Amino acid sequence: MKIHEYQAKEIFKKYSIPVPKGKVAFTKQEVIDAAKELGAFPVVIKAQVHAGGRGKAGGVKLANSLDEVSQLADSMLNMVLVTHQTGPQGKVVRKVLVEEGLNIEKEYYMAVVMDRSSEKIVIMASEAGGMDIEEVAEKSPEKIIKVFIDPLIGISGHNLRNIAFGLNIEKELQKPLMAIVKSLYSIFVDLDCSLVEINPLILTKEGKWIALDAKINFDDNGLFRHKEIMELRDIQEEDPLEVEASKYGLNYIKLDGNVGNIVNGAGLAMATMDLIKRAGAEPANFLDVGGGASAEMVENGFKILLSDKNVKAILINIFGGILRCDVLAEGVVAAAKKVGVHVPVVVRMEGTNAEKGREILLNSGLNLKTAKDLKEAAKMIAELV
Amino acid sequence: MSIFVNKNTRVVVQGITGKEGSFHARQCISYGTKVVAGVTPGKGGMKMDDVPVFNTVMEAKEKTGANCSLIFVPPAFAADAILEAIDAGIEVIVAITEGIPALDMLKVKNYLRGKNSRLIGPNCPGIITPGECKIGIMPGHIHRPGGPIGVVSRSGTLTYEVVYQLTQMGIGQTTCLGIGGDPIIGTNFKDALAAFEQDEDTKGVVMVGEIGGDAEERAAEFIKNNMTKPVVGFIAGLTAPPGRRMGHAGAIISGKKGTAKAKIAALKEAGIAVCEDLGSFGEFAKEVFGL
Repeated sequence: MKIHEYQAKEIFKKYSIPVPKGKVAFTKQEVIDAAKELGAFPVVIKAQVHAGGRGKAGGVKLANSLDEVSQLADSMLNMVLVTHQTGPQGKVVRKVLVEEGLNIEKEYYMAVVMDRSSEKIVIMASEAGGMDIEEVAEKSPEKIIKVFIDPLIGISGHNLRNIAFGLNIEKELQKPLMAIVKSLYSIFVDLDCSLVEINPLILTKEGKWIALDAKINFDDNGLFRHKEIMELRDIQEEDPLEVEASKYGLNYIKLDGNVGNIVNGAGLAMATMDLIKRAGAEPANFLDVGGGASAEMVENGFKILLSDKNVKAILINIFGGILRCDVLAEGVVAAAKKVGVHVPVVVRMEGTNAEKGREILLNSGLNLKTAKDLKEAAKMIAELV
Repeated sequence: MSIFVNKNTRVVVQGITGKEGSFHARQCISYGTKVVAGVTPGKGGMKMDDVPVFNTVMEAKEKTGANCSLIFVPPAFAADAILEAIDAGIEVIVAITEGIPALDMLKVKNYLRGKNSRLIGPNCPGIITPGECKIGIMPGHIHRPGGPIGVVSRSGTLTYEVVYQLTQMGIGQTTCLGIGGDPIIGTNFKDALAAFEQDEDTKGVVMVGEIGGDAEERAAEFIKNNMTKPVVGFIAGLTAPPGRRMGHAGAIISGKKGTAKAKIAALKEAGIAVCEDLGSFGEFAKEVFGL
């Protein structure tokens, strides 16, 4: 799960990580009030959307007077921000963060992530702050300091020293920096994060460390023990169909293609999307109804897929194993009738009574085609689109 | 022959009195698996059908000689259940549970180092040595006993698909295991491949990977340097968008890392035959293995 920068900065504050003075604002009046409250110019106005690359896309602007603040409030609130992470459709800016402007001496990078390869928690720090860290990692990996931490031991003094000395900073700046790093690590483990990042972490001309930006992503599997974090979810930032699907307990991701698909199991669902592509079409979605799959799941799947106007055909691929295909087929027919499926549907299912299931589908009087295996299913899809 | 489990494996089911636990314990028993005990804290002394239930894994092991554990404990308590099995000295621990917090698994994985237990999963279908024992939730009947092919996969139903196609082609399996779709898992591709390489009866291996992480790339390296047996690969997720978690917690392209394209390239570079059309996987494998 992702949260906004202003929410992440609230968490930073609780962990004593210095952040710029500022306030989130939802309306023009609130933007102006927030700027007045700061009492000095320039102020920075930052679009709050769940996507990186805001600066380059025009989502972060400086204002030197109340007039400018007011103009920026007009142009930024409700604008569609297109960054390299939003896709071409962009994201609507519904709130902005109004912050004090600061005198930047130097920008650094600091993050805590889980490293799958080493199976440790890794702290990454770099003097090359404010840039796309993946680009830095690619072009000049020597500029990134990595410190690996055993989660059973936790962070210890030498871990912190490795970072502080590695960054070539003045002695009096080391202690406050180490405090920030320690707090970042605490946030990561206390709140089941998958990423805690400050980019840039700035050193001001006055010699203070401040988290100019803040990004926290959470491990969805850990959310059950953090009710307060779950409340930070902003469903306006998510695709409405995906929100709808999540209410049904469906694992759905909307894509731009024309062939919808309903599959049980994530790996098979991905492989089915690939199969659709190979057949000369484009997958309209990823939809995993779970290893078991039931008629109700299929019905809800239909509802979601049919709300997507791009869907020209649907492929159902269920490898049931011990699931009874005749029962599932009856469910598919009932669901198709109930929902009013108006596009051709190809059904491939494997499991107990598969033959009987196919008969039920064929005799339903609906536009349901049955494929005996994946190869045939792919062929049918190719013919349909 | 087989890897990790066989007809002599004695299984304790952790969470046996739950809905999932009891259903699948019965399925395993009817396949012929020696399910010798169950564990549900507070329900010691009960029986699930003919299977005695104990309060702790240690007790179950002492009283029944269980050497393998099958875990159906809910996500919030699953890491604890795995640790309990490790501390009891269980040799093979199969964790089916989906949704365990990554941080919990990170701790478990680090605790596991230097211990005598092998963890398979979590978030996996389990392991089956066809004709001998089924320790997991996979449908037994799609498998064909007798080998000569081993199957290792990060997925559940996709594994069934691949195994089913092998069986349709008349190709049997020595052992099939799902290693799990989470970012942090116990047994990885390399471990399974090394075991298959050692297993006399296994003549070739099918490896099914997917987007996310670099386990496939590392497996490719291992195969290139250490394996004499042919390997057929399949990678799911060519059409997966970056930055999105595709069902499995571990199936995510982070930035430019973990793409299916890169994995396929790594496998091919290591001389591994990669099937790119799931519809004809069986035929492809048959040809590569020369069966």
